[in-house]
Amino acid sequence: MAQRLIELRNITKSFGRVYALGGVNLSVDAGEVVGLIGDNGAGKSTLIKILAGVVKPTSGEILVRGEPVHGWSAARSREAGIETVFQDRALAVQQSIVRNIFMGCELKGPLGWLDTAREAREAERLMREIGFTSKVFTPRSIVGQLSGGERQGVAIARAIYRQADLIVLDEPTTALSITETNKVFHFVRQVRESGRSIVFIGHNIHHVYGIADRFVVLDRGKMELEAKRADVPSAEALISFMEDVAKPNRPGDPGLSETKAAP
Amino acid sequence: MTDAAKTPVEASDAAEAAHPLDHPVRGFVAANRAPLGTLAVLVVMMAIFIAASPQVFLEWNIYRSVLTTLPVALFLVVPLVFVVTAGEIDLSFPATMGFSAWMFALVVQAGFSPYLGLAAAIATGALLGFLVGALVVYFRLSSLIATLGMNFMLRGLIQIATQGKSIALLSLTQSSVKSVFSGILVGVPTQMFWALAFVMFASLLFNRNQFGAHVKIVGDNPDSAQQMGIDVNLVRVKAFVFVGLGAALAGFFSTMINVTWWPTSGDGYLLPALASVFVGGTPTWGGVGTVGGGAIGALIVSFIQTGIVGAGLSGFYVQFFNGLIIILSLIGHRWNQIRYR
Repeated sequence: MAQRLIELRNITKSFGRVYALGGVNLSVDAGEVVGLIGDNGAGKSTLIKILAGVVKPTSGEILVRGEPVHGWSAARSREAGIETVFQDRALAVQQSIVRNIFMGCELKGPLGWLDTAREAREAERLMREIGFTSKVFTPRSIVGQLSGGERQGVAIARAIYRQADLIVLDEPTTALSITETNKVFHFVRQVRESGRSIVFIGHNIHHVYGIADRFVVLDRGKMELEAKRADVPSAEALISFMEDVAKPNRPGDPGLSETKAAP
Repeated sequence: MTDAAKTPVEASDAAEAAHPLDHPVRGFVAANRAPLGTLAVLVVMMAIFIAASPQVFLEWNIYRSVLTTLPVALFLVVPLVFVVTAGEIDLSFPATMGFSAWMFALVVQAGFSPYLGLAAAIATGALLGFLVGALVVYFRLSSLIATLGMNFMLRGLIQIATQGKSIALLSLTQSSVKSVFSGILVGVPTQMFWALAFVMFASLLFNRNQFGAHVKIVGDNPDSAQQMGIDVNLVRVKAFVFVGLGAALAGFFSTMINVTWWPTSGDGYLLPALASVFVGGTPTWGGVGTVGGGAIGALIVSFIQTGIVGAGLSGFYVQFFNGLIIILSLIGHRWNQIRYR
């Protein structure tokens, strides 16, 4: 069995008297892509902010490679090898690809003088590693000239440069065309092949179904389903399950709920 | 994996090194659109001046007179490019310039070495820059209003303390500092060489140093910079300190050139220096800027006044043409600048 990278146990988060998360378990193994699905307000963003250490959970336990970690914070999260790519604020779009990849971790000599030649070489290596190369742009190209999918590639390359073992992608394919979505999928597969893990967040179930090895469905702060891909016959099955979950008073769970405790 | 399964992002090996950005000339032009545009404005303007009055503009005298005062503007304009690129503005530099030069004048007047006076001016400029920056950044004030307030306050302090009296520093004319910092070398005022060195250093700082890279990122997307571990507030404060340092040097050179310190020293530079930054091609929204463009912008602004009077028009035309050139440059840069958001 693959190594367990990170495990969140019974995480709750309340803002005053409102529970954003009511006891969620989430685990990620090395080299797997976990799809985190849920509607707006389901608790996805709260959960990934907890994972990134920018929001403190009200209660619950966090284990990194089997070891419980106390005083979880953004720095601890980064030490554990978690890099989060937030939807809108990941990149400085007027800067070059190189400047974005090395943002805050510039390759420099004495007195902060940049080693631009080494940065360009390293950037090209990282971009090749995730299959992100093109004759249309070079590492010196401005990020604002890239398409939406390619921008995700820059953010992923940066996460890999920062030695990430787990890359959390927040709605990476929202508002992207089919071609652009395929580019993101391509990067994600390359990352998985290198043995790293990805948490892929989305509300387009077709997108998540197309890429994830395992699905976690959140609804109103509760985990409604955790299923391996093999146990879910189609994206449609996942959608009908989601539609059922979304009903205010549902009489009974459909067939998929039997896989709830798996794996 | 079959070929069909390969995604559209696959590279074409044949296209390596054929990218336009790798072409020496096209790459340079693409990376320097703004300063090249500013240079074009300067060339056209000078051509018009030369055509209008060749007897004035083919003589070295007019250039020497511009090069005498241009360095003062350069020390102000170049650090302002950093602050504007970081997404802030500084209107307190004229008072910082006057205040730092005042410290220089006091040290020299007291009979100490002018070099000690220079050190005092630099320390004062850095300290005032830090105070202004810290005020804006840590109290989360609007830099437009807060630095305007600081400008009034510092200028007021100078006026209160000196009761509006100037300080003549005739001893400077016998000192070695005069020939080093404001003499004449091969027909060119020596302060011009210091200013050029400053512009080149600042340009490297802007384009090849971590500080410049962080200034641009902070002006572009502060949230992203914060998440990636850049101390956003510290970068902003450093940019203000740099303006303070530049203002101190400007004040020092201005006092050296005039051999006198005036309590109004620096006042006349507020609008021309800011205009030079934007005429030079640094946009107002932060994230990008150009040091070389700012320097050429300062040259344009300096030449408008001399040029119009030299061309035989009365001084009444100066303001009109000042405004015209600023507006035309901005329209040109607007067309030239690609805005990504």
